[in-house]
Amino acid sequence: MSNFIDIGALGDIPQQGARLVKTAAGCIAIFRTVEDKVFALDDKCPHKGGPLSNGIQHGEAVTCPLHNWVFDLNTGVAAGVDVGQVQTYPVKVENGRVLIDKNSIATKAAAA
Amino acid sequence: MAMKLVVIGAGMASGRAMEHLLAANDEIYDITLFGAEPRGNYNRIMLSPVLSGQKSYEEIVTHDAEWYRSHGVDCRFGEIVTGIDRIRKVVISAKGETPYDKLLIATGSSPFIIPVPGRDLKGVMAYRDLGDVNAMLEYSQRPDPRAVVIGGGLLGLEAAAGLSAQGMKVTVVHLMPHLMERQLDQSAGFLLQSELEKRGIDILCGANTKEIQGEAQVSGVLLEDGREIPADMVVMAVGIRPNFGLAQASGLRYNRGLLVNDQMKTDDPEIFAIGECVEHRGGTYGLVAPLYDMAKVAAKNLLGFHETFEPVEISTKLKVTGCDLFSAGDFAEAKGREEIVYRDATQGIYKRLVIEDNRIIGVVMYGDTVDGPWFLQKLKDAEDISEIRDTLIFGPNFAGGAALDPLAAVAALPDDSEICGCNGISKGDIISAINNGAGSLAEVQALTKASTSCGTCLGLTTQLTALTLGDGFKLPEAAGMCKCTDLSHQDVRKFIRLKALKSIPAIMQDLEWGSSGGCAACRPALNYYLVAEWPGEYVDDGQSRFINERVHANIQKDGTYSVVPRMFGGMTTPDELRAIADAADKYNVPSVHVTGGQRIDLLGVQKEDLPAMWADLNAAGMVSGHAYAKGLRTVKTCVGKDHCRFGTQDSTGLGIKLEKALWGAWSPHKFKLAVSGCPRNCAEATCKDFGIICVDSGYKLLVGGAAGMDLRETELLGTVETEADALEHCAAFYQLYRENAQYLHRPYKWIAEVGLDWVIEQIMDNAENRAALADRFFFSQSFYQTDPWAERAQGGEAHEFTPMADLTQVAAE
Ligand code: SRM
Ligand SMILES: Cc1cc2nc3c(=O)[nH]c(=O)nc-3n(C[C@H](O)[C@H](O)[C@H](O)COP(=O)(O)OP(=O)(O)OC[C@H]3O[C@@H](n4cnc5c(N)ncnc54)[C@H](O)[C@@H]3O)c2cc1C
Ligand code: SF4
Ligand code: FES
Repeated sequence: MSNFIDIGALGDIPQQGARLVKTAAGCIAIFRTVEDKVFALDDKCPHKGGPLSNGIQHGEAVTCPLHNWVFDLNTGVAAGVDVGQVQTYPVKVENGRVLIDKNSIATKAAAA
Repeated sequence: MAMKLVVIGAGMASGRAMEHLLAANDEIYDITLFGAEPRGNYNRIMLSPVLSGQKSYEEIVTHDAEWYRSHGVDCRFGEIVTGIDRIRKVVISAKGETPYDKLLIATGSSPFIIPVPGRDLKGVMAYRDLGDVNAMLEYSQRPDPRAVVIGGGLLGLEAAAGLSAQGMKVTVVHLMPHLMERQLDQSAGFLLQSELEKRGIDILCGANTKEIQGEAQVSGVLLEDGREIPADMVVMAVGIRPNFGLAQASGLRYNRGLLVNDQMKTDDPEIFAIGECVEHRGGTYGLVAPLYDMAKVAAKNLLGFHETFEPVEISTKLKVTGCDLFSAGDFAEAKGREEIVYRDATQGIYKRLVIEDNRIIGVVMYGDTVDGPWFLQKLKDAEDISEIRDTLIFGPNFAGGAALDPLAAVAALPDDSEICGCNGISKGDIISAINNGAGSLAEVQALTKASTSCGTCLGLTTQLTALTLGDGFKLPEAAGMCKCTDLSHQDVRKFIRLKALKSIPAIMQDLEWGSSGGCAACRPALNYYLVAEWPGEYVDDGQSRFINERVHANIQKDGTYSVVPRMFGGMTTPDELRAIADAADKYNVPSVHVTGGQRIDLLGVQKEDLPAMWADLNAAGMVSGHAYAKGLRTVKTCVGKDHCRFGTQDSTGLGIKLEKALWGAWSPHKFKLAVSGCPRNCAEATCKDFGIICVDSGYKLLVGGAAGMDLRETELLGTVETEADALEHCAAFYQLYRENAQYLHRPYKWIAEVGLDWVIEQIMDNAENRAALADRFFFSQSFYQTDPWAERAQGGEAHEFTPMADLTQVAAE
C-alpha cells in the first residue's frame, strides 16, 4: 500500500530541471518536465554513478552529465544500446505540492 | 530459492549470454561470473581500433562491474577459476569454492605461441586482450620503435596496421606464400600486400622464423634463410587454440575443443559451454557471429526452453581502414569447380566467384566489396545461378554498363541478406525497425545494434537506412542540428536573426521542432545562439546548459566539482595564494593542482559547499576562472620585458589587459589566448585560439591554433603597432567568431570553413567593420561580464545547491 508524503512545492523544482531528496540510502532526484510532469529516480547512474539530477532533462528523459547515457524517466531504463536501469519511485503532484511514496523510500532504506 | 549459475569467462560470448538470460528472467538464477582479466567484458573485436588510436577502451566496454551489479550478478573480475569439482558441484578459485547448480563455460581460446628459441624474451607478446594492446602501445612510444609481427592472417595484419598507425616501423613475417591464405586467394592476397606496403609496412611472405634474438629483451628476429630483422617487440599472431584445459581436467569430453551438442550442453547435463572454447559438430569457431547465436541458445536452454544451434555460413572482413576485402565459403581450386573472375587493375579491384554445380560456393573480393552480401546470400541459399551466370559477377546492379547508383545495389538485396554479420541483422530487420518508427541512422542502430560491433557494415547500414527512409533521410553530418530538426545550425542562426526569435520555446514553435522540449544536443546550442544574438534581452536558460555552466564548476567523475579562480594573465599575489590555501583547508579539498592554463585548480569540492567557498574567494578579490565554460578561458603570458633579457614588449601587462577585457564572454566553444614577449614564444601563443607574439615593431596577431584533440598551429592574421590596436583586433576577431561559428566548433574549425582570407578581410582590411565588431563585443560584455560565483554566493540559483527535502529519518519498517 502506498503512503504519500509531502516533499515540497512543484514550483521549487525548475522546469526541465531536478531537485534532490535526501534519504538514508542516498539521494533521489525529483525531475520536473516542461509539461510539469514529475518523476523520481535514484540520483545515481547505473553506468558509473553519475548524479542524474545534474544532467540535462528533455522530453521524458534525462541525459547523464558524465557520459551521456539517456534514461527514460518513466521506467528508469537506459535508451538505445546502453544497458542499465535506475530505480524509480512513485511521485505525484496534488494542489501544487509534490508527494512521494514513503513506503518505497523505507524499502530503499531497508535494502541499503 | 533461486538456483545457482556459475559462469566462467567474462568475454564476448558470456556477455551476450548474460544479456539474453537477464532480459528474459533475472530471478531464476543467482549468478556468479568469473573473469581472468582484471576488467569486465569488452568488445574484443574492437581491440584493433583501440590499438590504432581510433577508439578508446571506454568506448568498447560492453558489461562492466556496474552493469553486473545493477543486474544482481556477483562478478569476480581478475579471479581465475582453477578447477571444477563435478561431484560436489563447485568451482575452485584462489578465494575458495563456489557452488553451482548449472555451470556455463565460456573461456574463449588461447593464442598459439610457436616454439622457437627466444619466445620467452621480454617484448614477445600475443594479440588477444587489452593487456596485449597496452603493452604494444607502450613499445610504440619508444624512440624509432620497430616491431615484427609473426603471422599474416587477420589478427596479424590488424596488429601491423595498428602499430604502423602508432608510428612504428613494422615488418610482417608470414610463413605462407601470400597473406591471409585462409580467406584470400593469391590475387587478392597480392593486392592486399601492395596496399599495406604502400603504407610503409614491410611484408615477407614464405618466411619462416628460426629464432627470436635478444638477451633479456627482444632485439630482433632471425629467419631460416639467415635474414635478421631488428625489433623492439614481436607480436605472435599465428593462430588460436580453444582454451578448455579446465574442462578437460574435470573429465568433460573434448576433441579439438570442448564437445557440445546442439543445445550447447557438454556431456555433463548441468554444464553448458559456448564460444571459442567449444567444438560443435566437428567445427570450432573464431568469429563472433556464431558465438552470439550460441550465447542465445545457451541462455534459452538455461531457462528451460528447447533451442538448438545451427551454424551458418559466415564471411570475413579485415578491419584495416582502406583495405576493403570480403571472403566467404570455399575458394580452393578443385576438380569440378569453375570460377568467374573480374579485375580492374587501375582501380585495384578484384572479384572471384567459385562455382560448383551451378551454385556459388566461394566468394573473394578486394577493392569493391559492396556486392559481398548479395553473393553470400546466394551461397547460403545454394541458389542455382545458371540463368544469371553471364552477368553474375557484376552484381545485382548490372544494367548494361550504365553508371551505377550506389543505392541500387542495396535495393536489389533480398530481405534476408545479412547486413551486420556480428549481430546477425538482415536487411529485413533494418527495414522493419524503420517501419516501427526508427527515423535516423542512430535510431536504426539503437533498435537493431546493426553496425555497432565491428562497424564494417556502417556504410551498408547507412545506405539501407537512406534507401528505406527515402526523402525522410538526412545524412547526420550535413543535415539537421539534431534529431529534433532538419535545419542546420547555420539555418537556425539565420532564422533567429531574421525572425527575431528571442527564446528557446519561440524557436521551437516557429521552426517546428520535432520534439516537445528539445534534446540535450540542441538546447545548449540554442541557448548560446540566443545569448550571442540578444545580449541584455535574452534571459539565459540554465536548464539548457550543461551542468558545468549551470553551476560554474567542473563536474568530476565522482560527482564532486573543481573550482578554478581566475588569475589574470597568470599573475597572482601572496594574498590570493593564502586565500586559496585557506579555502582548500576549510572545505577539505583533496587535491590542489597547478593547471596547464597558469592557475590553480581546487579539485573534489562537494556541490553544496560551492557557494560558501566562492564567497570566501570573492572576499579575497577573486572571480570565476570559467574553466568550465564554452567561453573565455585563460590568457597565458610569459614574464616579458620587465624581467626577461629578450622581451620586446610588456607581454604580461597586455595579457592582463586582454583578460580583463574579455573575461565573462560566452562563445561557441572555449577560447584561449596567450601573449609571448618574443618569438621564443614561452607562453605557447602559436597553439591558441588567439595568440600574440610581441616583436620590436609591435604585435603579431595569430589565430586558429589548438592543442587538444587536434593539434593546430596558428596562422597570421596580421601585425599591429600598439597595445590598443591589439586589443581592438582581438575583440573584433572574438566577436566575428561568436557571431558566425557553429556551436562546439573551435576557431580553427570555423576558419577552415569560411577561409582565413575572409577573416583577414573582415578584421584587417576593413577598419569600420572591425570597430563595429569590437563595439558589439563590448556591448555584450556590458551584460555578461559579471561574476557568476558572486551571484550564487549571494543566494542565486539556490535550488542547485540545496536538497528540496530531507527524508533520512524515514526509517526502514
Ligand atoms: C584543469 C586542466 C588540466 C590541468 O590540471 O592542467 C584541464 C581540465 C579539463 N579539460 Fe582541458 N584542462 C586544462 C588545460 C587544457 C589545455 C592546455 C591549455 O589550455 O593551455 C588544453 C589544450 C589546449 C587547447 O585547448 O587547444 C586542453 C584541452 C582540452 C580539451 C580538447 C579541446 C579541443 O578543442 O580539442 C577538452 C575537451 C573539450 O573542451 O571539449 C578539455 C576538457 C577538459 C575538462 C573540462 C574535461 C571535462 O569536460 O570534464 C577537464 C576538467 C577537469 C576537472 O574536472 O577540473 N581540455 N585543456 C587545465 C585547465 C586550464 C585552466 O586553467 O583553465
Ligand atoms: C584483435 C582481435 C580482433 C578480432 N576481430 C574480429 C572480427 O573482426 N570479427 C569477428 O567476428 N571476430 C573477431 N575476433 C574474434 C572474437 O573476438 C572472438 O571470436 C570472441 O571474442 C570469442 O568470444 P569468447 O567469449 O569465446 O572468448 P573471449 O572473448 O576470449 O572470452 C573468454 C574470457 O574467458 C576468460 N577466461 C579464460 N579462462 C578462464 C578461467 N579459467 N577463469 C576465468 N576466466 C577465464 C578469458 O580471460 C577471457 O576474457 C577478433 C579477436 C581479436 C583478439
Ligand atoms: S587531459 Fe584534460 S580531459 Fe583528459 S584526463 Fe586530463 S584533465 Fe581530463
Ligand atoms: S555515469 Fe552516467 S553515463 Fe557514465
